[in-house]
Amino acid sequence: MENIPVFVFQIFVFLSVYVQVFLFVTFLENRGGLTVRRGGTVLSKYPFVTVIVPAYNEERTIYKTVRSLLGINYPKEKLKIFLVDDGSTDGTWRALCRFSHYSNIKLFRKENGGKHTALNLGLEHTETEFFGCLDADSIAHPESLVRIMSYFEEDASLMAVAPSVTIYNPKNFIQNIQTVEYYMGVYMKKMFGFMGAINVTPGPLTIFRKKVFDDLGPYRHAHNTEDMEIAYRMQKNYYKIGHCHDAYVYTSSPSTLEKLFRQRLRWIYGFINNTIDYRDVIFKKRYGNFAFFTLPTGIISVIAVGFLFGKIIYNVGAFLHSKFIYFQTAGLNLSAMTGAFDPYFFSAKTPFFLMAIIYFIVLFSILFGRKISEDRWKFSPEMLYYFPIFALIAPFWILKAVWNTIFSVVPVWK
Amino acid sequence: MNSGLLDWKKYIIVFFITVFLFMTAVYLSNYFGSRKIAELKSIQDQIAINILSSETEFSLLSELSCKNTSGLALSDELDELGRKLEWGESNLGNDDEVAYLKKYYSLLEIKDYLLQKKISARCGTKAAFILYFYTNREYCGECERQALTLSLLRDKYRELRVYSFDFSIGLSAVDAMINIYKIKDTKLPAMVVDDDVMTGFHGIEELEAKVTKSFEL
Repeated sequence: MENIPVFVFQIFVFLSVYVQVFLFVTFLENRGGLTVRRGGTVLSKYPFVTVIVPAYNEERTIYKTVRSLLGINYPKEKLKIFLVDDGSTDGTWRALCRFSHYSNIKLFRKENGGKHTALNLGLEHTETEFFGCLDADSIAHPESLVRIMSYFEEDASLMAVAPSVTIYNPKNFIQNIQTVEYYMGVYMKKMFGFMGAINVTPGPLTIFRKKVFDDLGPYRHAHNTEDMEIAYRMQKNYYKIGHCHDAYVYTSSPSTLEKLFRQRLRWIYGFINNTIDYRDVIFKKRYGNFAFFTLPTGIISVIAVGFLFGKIIYNVGAFLHSKFIYFQTAGLNLSAMTGAFDPYFFSAKTPFFLMAIIYFIVLFSILFGRKISEDRWKFSPEMLYYFPIFALIAPFWILKAVWNTIFSVVPVWK
Repeated sequence: MNSGLLDWKKYIIVFFITVFLFMTAVYLSNYFGSRKIAELKSIQDQIAINILSSETEFSLLSELSCKNTSGLALSDELDELGRKLEWGESNLGNDDEVAYLKKYYSLLEIKDYLLQKKISARCGTKAAFILYFYTNREYCGECERQALTLSLLRDKYRELRVYSFDFSIGLSAVDAMINIYKIKDTKLPAMVVDDDVMTGFHGIEELEAKVTKSFEL
């Protein structure tokens, strides 16, 4: 009986290695298609695109967001911009009105109903073949849209294309470690894209064919993660989603642990509940890698993090207990705690080597994510401590999301 | 249609790669574990040779001189071996081998104890001995504290020699000592100081007073 936790731990480690190896093999299979384009991209035909910017109390960031759209490398007459104020209580509407004189910008104001209602209002007025959203806290790279549209030009079967999202102007420790996480996210999204298994079409500038919504219906509330639900719905209906790794969008990131916790709680809660809503998809052969890889990987991560967190708490508790016994017995006499370094006491257990393998693959994925995000190989110290820090803090929002799911507590947006 | 069609071959290949990595990790773990066991064996063999040599040397020189007896002390090596064995018990995983080495270690401790007592009696050198019995078959918080106390005391008095014995080791020589001093598993930790049996946890001041008085340190 006492070996059961060890066995379960080894299973989770095995699955973690499996997932990382799977992604790495996908990378090796597709490494030829990972070049980053430099300079302006030219399309043979520029289709009409509508980009909706839903905003709720975003007066501080919306100006830059809209300016970035206006400065994008795409014919102005082919790009419609809808700015939707979702019942903001700050100066967002005033900020939006500054753009009212632009011929390709249309302003909407409605009562607050959530992001999905703002997007659906924009969708109702969309008459173009392509449609997308740009979150009001994000900034689009000038080449982002045209690079995304080049994917549609090359592959008529693509129904949506997601960009590479990275952190805008990280200033503090919390934002720096998120930057590393987003690099890894870019790598993973690209691999999921190659596998046809993307499960989120992020708010910052994913572009869809309007047909997706004509066929499948508008956005849903979807546990405050409408960008995840629409991807699930598309996967369930065999609509292909791609990822354009060199279309960059920079997003604002939570600057405090509390804000980060709230954001991640919403994401994980959304993942758990959307996966429950779409549970009939899991392990169904006809839904491909999405059903056999993306969703099981996410589910295993949630369970494994809970289990490993319990193990970490147990180990930390045992460590503190031994230190308590020490101080209870020896007081502040430190002589028995110190000793010369002896490699004999260096752990050589199997999980140590497996964790080292995972660590190296994750480090590679971060470095490569940065390579395709910034077109350069560059190491930074955050890459080393991102992994252990997130391993320590992520369990809090994951376990809270599980708790909220069980007791039906819906996390708020802001 | 979705491009994410299942490629079973890839799933299977990745499975085998993962199994290979897993086996490599197991192999490395065993390899380094074996090296640690070999290190323990090597220390033990060295100690065994040294004890045998000391015994022989002592027998040869006993009628002549007590001058060179300081070179016969092995407590540091035994202490190092004890710490490594204790760590190995919870970290090496090779339970049978570690248990065997632990028995061997206990025998070496007894031999060293007997030899040092003889040297001390014949040559009149200052030496103090504590036989310490503990258990790790079940959780024994007082044993942890007692071991720490003894370690601190030993650091303070270099003449003090502490011999630790696992009550449940299942070695006849240790069982003989348990019988001689009538140690009971319900009263652990237990110590024998100058033939007095002390059970339960004893603080450093109390032990220090007892040791300095008994052995005139």
